[in-house]
Amino acid sequence: MSLLFYLAAFVAVISTVAVILQSNIVHALIYLILSLLSVAVIFYVLGSPFAAVLEAIVYAGAIMVLFLFVIMMLNLGQHTRDQEKQWLSLKGWIFPCLLAGVLLFQLVSVLSSYDLNMAPETVGVLEVSALLFGPYVLAVELASILLLAGLISAYHLAKK
Amino acid sequence: METIPTEHGLILAGILFVLGLIGVLTRRNIVFVLMSLEIMLNASGLAFIVAAARWGHAEGQIMFLMILTLAAAEVAVGLGLIIQMYRKFQTVDISVLSEMKG
Repeated sequence: MSLLFYLAAFVAVISTVAVILQSNIVHALIYLILSLLSVAVIFYVLGSPFAAVLEAIVYAGAIMVLFLFVIMMLNLGQHTRDQEKQWLSLKGWIFPCLLAGVLLFQLVSVLSSYDLNMAPETVGVLEVSALLFGPYVLAVELASILLLAGLISAYHLAKK
Repeated sequence: METIPTEHGLILAGILFVLGLIGVLTRRNIVFVLMSLEIMLNASGLAFIVAAARWGHAEGQIMFLMILTLAAAEVAVGLGLIIQMYRKFQTVDISVLSEMKG
């Protein structure tokens, strides 16, 4: 199981690096889907099968298809690809990478002082949905209102 | 079955978050910026799932569901805004937005 975790983590990191380095936007999107699917495998290994399935369906399915539709609507061709290559200069990368590297170093140094193992048991759909429609039912209602607001504003914004 | 140390999961979430941050800071195409924001949201969801796996509770998965909902709503609004921006300026370069004054 732990081999599966490290393998999926490796794939996730490599494909995310490919997303932020890619100049072709559709290729970047496909790499992002690969990254999300490997994160879904990690969720499954960590004993959250419901979250893994939702990650595959909602993130890698619905949200990425939305991205794909918009990219097709914008019709970004060869011109944009050349522009992207021009923008990907080394000069603009060094400073943000340095800052982000400092942040990551601090995070790793804080986290490596812990010495805890993850509980290997699986928390299935039953436990999650019993909590979701028990104590957290207000959060579900608020999430539905948020989605409705997102739907209406997306319709309004994309209208001609 | 051997167990995975919690900090490895959290460090993976941190690496993915930092990669998304680099993407937000360096890319000039607004679609890439939105994709990098998705990477960052997904990394925070991964951190919640790692915490859920540490304690063996379902609350972490519920927080992940909330993040998922937030990401879906945010992407819908963000892509609508991108479409409006493309109609107005005929480009996806974020530096043209500095002309939006007054």
